[in-house]
Amino acid sequence: MAYLWEGLVSAGRLIVGGDAEFWAIVFRSVGVSGLATVLAAALMFPLAVRLGLSSFRGEKTFSRILGTLMSVPSILIGLLVCLFLSRRGPLGSLSLLYTKPAMVFAQMLLVSPLLLGLAYPAVKGKGRMIRETAQTLGAGRAQVLGAVLREMRGDFLVFFTTAFGRAFSEVGSVMMVGGNIRGQTRVITTAISLENSMGDYSMSIALGLVLLAAALALNWVAYAFKERGGDEG
Amino acid sequence: MKNKKGLLAALAALLILGGCGQNTQAPQTTDQNDAGTPPPEKQTIILATTTSTQDSGLLDVLLPEFTQETNIEVKTIAVGTGKAIQMGVDGEADVLLVHDTASELKFMEEGNGVERNQVMYNDFILVGPKSDPAGIAASFGSDAAGALGKIAETASPFVSRADDSGTHKKELKLWGDLAHEGDWYIEAGAGMGDVLKMADEKQAYTLSDRATYLSMQDDLDLEIVCEGDQNMFNQYGVMTVDPKKNDQINYDGAKAFYDWMISDATQSRIAEFGKDTYGQSLFTPNAKG
Repeated sequence: MAYLWEGLVSAGRLIVGGDAEFWAIVFRSVGVSGLATVLAAALMFPLAVRLGLSSFRGEKTFSRILGTLMSVPSILIGLLVCLFLSRRGPLGSLSLLYTKPAMVFAQMLLVSPLLLGLAYPAVKGKGRMIRETAQTLGAGRAQVLGAVLREMRGDFLVFFTTAFGRAFSEVGSVMMVGGNIRGQTRVITTAISLENSMGDYSMSIALGLVLLAAALALNWVAYAFKERGGDEG
Repeated sequence: MKNKKGLLAALAALLILGGCGQNTQAPQTTDQNDAGTPPPEKQTIILATTTSTQDSGLLDVLLPEFTQETNIEVKTIAVGTGKAIQMGVDGEADVLLVHDTASELKFMEEGNGVERNQVMYNDFILVGPKSDPAGIAASFGSDAAGALGKIAETASPFVSRADDSGTHKKELKLWGDLAHEGDWYIEAGAGMGDVLKMADEKQAYTLSDRATYLSMQDDLDLEIVCEGDQNMFNQYGVMTVDPKKNDQINYDGAKAFYDWMISDATQSRIAEFGKDTYGQSLFTPNAKG
């Protein structure tokens, strides 16, 4: 049991002492997952509004497929991206495998269905009311889109943090696509996996604490925003 | 006292096997009578070993035979040598099969183990792209230090395991005082198979054990550029973990495995392994009787 305590103490030392490698890994994780989520959200939120406000054939089928894609395992995304980016794959000439852009791309694929799957039904429910109100006030098409995005920003923020949390904490796709290269593609989750297999628990624990703190902070922000939004509405 | 330990270990093994938490019965009262005339009691040992023994398929051949002969089931945890030895230190494994002689001797010196013997060796090879841009094969075909020096000098991409495994430690030993830093030196932090694939993708050099390379050869655009250097031999050792660490260590099972690994019959099985698939032995047995 002593090693748990020792691990915790030296983990604290890593965090407080400003260990360069530790913080580089943390910032790389935030960067990769953050960029992936931002890019995915920039594509998916407007799409969700468009789809949610319009009626089209096969809406039910669409919802079901979306539901399936929301829970697609990250290792599968990793495999898919690997197959495409490997030298023998269709995009092999880009030499993107084992790089950060590949990781961002994989995580985009991972969280895009999640963002769309969360935002689409929400827009269908709430967005249509907002549109009606906006149209009564004489808004045009673009203004309706803007109004929905603005009025539902609290919901979207919650969806965004959920998606970021998924990207930030997944290990399957970034391990396969990034390769866990030190100083280049090593992120929190892949580092934990490696440090554990090397029997170095303090780094694992320190990084694990960061993951936990991030989850806590994300939830706190999301709920705070939602509650405030609730008061206003 | 020793007998009681063995009984406890056997009980622990039974509990794990059965998956039932029937611990109301004190160990002392589990007398042998109620079993009637039992077959040799089914036991389990935990073997911490390196990914190379697992990936090469050697354990898949050896372990079923061991279980058949002794009725002891082996749970294999395949990790890097560093972690495997740490598991021994922590008393999480009963027996270790690893390949870093220096760490093994330290493990024994610090009183973590009971027995140690060498089992077999295989060798490492330097592999690289078929074009061999640093020109290793021609000038340093069997000189590891020279080859690495040339790779560093030309800053040719080199993928390192960088995972504290036996292979990684061997690589660091081969570098010795040679500087190996910079963009060309890629620290993967991954297993041998992944590193070979990465070297293939990046058309880089890397150090591999022969077994893993041979088993993946068909899928790789990599060729052996340096082999046969004495310094690239890789000695495996087997060690039993000191049962005093905790009362769950199955020392008797571990000792049975230890004796079995260095027995003549097993040693000749090791010598045969790989001949039918690759036309050459992957491991050379060399236990000291």
